[in-house]
Amino acid sequence: MGCCAPGADVAPAGRPAEEEVRLASRTLSETLMQTDLTVPAAHCGACIRAIEKALLALPGVEAARLNLSTRRVAVQWRKDGPVPPFFDALARAGYDAALYTHDQSEDDPEFGRLLRATAVAGFAAMNIMLLSVSVWSGADAETRQAFHMVSALLALPAIAYSGRIFFASAWSALKARRTNMDVPISVGILLTLALSLHDTFRNEPHAYFDAVVSLTFFLLIGRTLDHMMRRRARTAIVGLARIMPRGAVTVSADGVRDYKEVRAIVPGETLLVAPGERIPLDGTVMHGSGELDAQLVTGEAAPVAVGAGDTVSAGMLNLNASLTLRAERKAEDSFLAEMMRMMEAAEAGHSRYRRIADRAASLYSPVIHTLALAAFIGWMAATGDWHRALTVAVSVLIITCPCALGLAVPMVQVMAARRLFERGIALKDGSALERLAEIDTAVFDKTGTLTLGDLRVAASTVPKRDLATAAALAARSRHPAARAVARLDQAGEDLMVEDFAEQPGLGIEGRIGGALYRLGRPSWACAETTSASERSMSALSRDGAPLGTFSFTETPRADAKGAVHALLEHGIAVEIVSGDGAQAVAAAAHHLRIETYRAAMLPADKVARLEELRRQGRTVLMVGDGLNDAPALAAAHVSMAPGSAAEVGRNAADMVFFTGALSAVPTALATARRAAVLVRQNLALAVVYNMAVLPLALAGHLTPLIAAIAMSSSSILVVANALRLRGGEPTLRPSEQRAPKLEEVAS
Amino acid sequence: MSYLVWLVPLAILMGIAALVAFLWSLRDGQYEDLDGAAARILVDEDRPIREQNA
Repeated sequence: MGCCAPGADVAPAGRPAEEEVRLASRTLSETLMQTDLTVPAAHCGACIRAIEKALLALPGVEAARLNLSTRRVAVQWRKDGPVPPFFDALARAGYDAALYTHDQSEDDPEFGRLLRATAVAGFAAMNIMLLSVSVWSGADAETRQAFHMVSALLALPAIAYSGRIFFASAWSALKARRTNMDVPISVGILLTLALSLHDTFRNEPHAYFDAVVSLTFFLLIGRTLDHMMRRRARTAIVGLARIMPRGAVTVSADGVRDYKEVRAIVPGETLLVAPGERIPLDGTVMHGSGELDAQLVTGEAAPVAVGAGDTVSAGMLNLNASLTLRAERKAEDSFLAEMMRMMEAAEAGHSRYRRIADRAASLYSPVIHTLALAAFIGWMAATGDWHRALTVAVSVLIITCPCALGLAVPMVQVMAARRLFERGIALKDGSALERLAEIDTAVFDKTGTLTLGDLRVAASTVPKRDLATAAALAARSRHPAARAVARLDQAGEDLMVEDFAEQPGLGIEGRIGGALYRLGRPSWACAETTSASERSMSALSRDGAPLGTFSFTETPRADAKGAVHALLEHGIAVEIVSGDGAQAVAAAAHHLRIETYRAAMLPADKVARLEELRRQGRTVLMVGDGLNDAPALAAAHVSMAPGSAAEVGRNAADMVFFTGALSAVPTALATARRAAVLVRQNLALAVVYNMAVLPLALAGHLTPLIAAIAMSSSSILVVANALRLRGGEPTLRPSEQRAPKLEEVAS
Repeated sequence: MSYLVWLVPLAILMGIAALVAFLWSLRDGQYEDLDGAAARILVDEDRPIREQNA
């Protein structure tokens, strides 16, 4: 990175830097890398064509293939060259894209196993059901016997293959002296199978092969859907760790330079940090001055000027200065290490949440055990016929089988996830939906979340004829304020600028048509000082004479006002927690009519604020994008991040929205609440239905026919109820889904 | 009864064939992009007309 021009790795707002693209890519072979990009607006054959063509036209790109179902494009590129400008190419083709980070669960062997087990169980269930139909409709004893034999031949290998999933889980639970839902399931399956085999050989009229295999089939469907909604491995900490510099150049007292591992550097040593490098340790600047990208600490895109005597934190990116630092703290005490500890603590705390399905199962399974055992003992005492008693106990296990219960929750969550996906919101974990439905407070980060990261010119006193000169000067700088000025007049790029220079922390200057123009801090650009609020103001001067000033505001995210309003209407308290200065935060809060706001919050302060809210009994949704929000995102009850967020932020959040508009937040909330209602309905339906047929089983009147009808109809009922989530308002049209371009937002 | 001796194994064999076909298509990745497969049939190569006719 040292070879890059200063500031070359500062990505435009919302676009990942080259370094980040490389980190998010997978190495395919010696020469090829693969990057996955999310393109939420892709929706038709023409999109496939346009996207793949745009990417293939880039130098270095070997292959590009869009998956329309997941709206992701996989790009393979040669790694010896620079990273091809994917995002610019896609933006030119009219698509907004975001990096997609692979997690380990992508090629999930467990999912494949479940799917194959479901397929085998489904095959066996259908064939056995066909044979059973003829038995139920009154086949003669000889045919019945033959059909039971064939069913047994199909059921045994199918259960041996597909049932493993339950047996293994039940066995490991029993070994740990616990019980879970798989214990009654396994006992039920094995008992039913053994009893049916016994009865087949004794030529009894009833065998339950159809029940046991279709039970396995339904349970596996539920299990597979549930697996799809399980939490994927979260790699947010890994992302932070990758940012951490591994070493630094130290200078000893006699001037000898040495490259040391960060862990080996002790406080008091002198370090050199070249432009483009990250600050390795918390320290104090001894020599040099320049600008640092402090996004990790404050979340602000605007660079921070530092000079001798200022303290800097590990993880800040040195944009353009050659700095000499004195290390103040050890690597394990540094700001970055502190962030990682916070994330670890937050993620550990998170896994304590118990999902509704698990809670329901833990209540349900002891009831089943007890009921079946009571039925066995009762019949044994009443009749003394062990075969009869066992048949009743088995039929109780079959009829109370949690097929519908297993389908009740994941089915709704899969439908909700699909609905959210159609609206450009990616859900990482089904339990996030449950948690989102519970919130009563929403905490927003400001920069990058409520507002877009970049600035725009709010007002200018510069005469119109000088705008082109200002734009010409500004076009040569990457400072956010300069970029806002450059956008005022596109003609500026054609003007000749001589002796261009950028003064860190002050502004930019250059000669246009012989006159020296300066754009930057009023006190520097003009000889006499003007106003006090320098931070949001830049002055333009010619040969020291003031021409006028520009004042800047942040661009609000599309529909931020509407989203906040909608949340307030839902009865949700809204709050801003920002790393930015008090003035900017107050302005944004006022604009959005948010009453509670906190400014100048460090990442630890944000986590502390969430903790404080939690102690007040609130359940909090955190919406944030920056690196500095990552611990807060992990610590909140549930969290969302925009697709433009830093990789670490996206990984830490439970949901990522790829629509540019903040209205994704109320949309997700509405869907989650509706899903929560349907989940409760489904659980109630499943339990009530089972309880209604239970007397039949206890009385010993449960024939295989009734068992089959009862079991499948309760499952179908639950699935049909979950499908209701698909109805309601029509989905967003693709054109609305596309995130607005910067120009559109700015105008 | 005797016809069942043929028909039942035949039915099961056909079922097994379907199962094998499903497992094969699963392994082959044919379920990875269902929407894309439907749309891709409309995308054709961008080639000059002359070359296509030749």
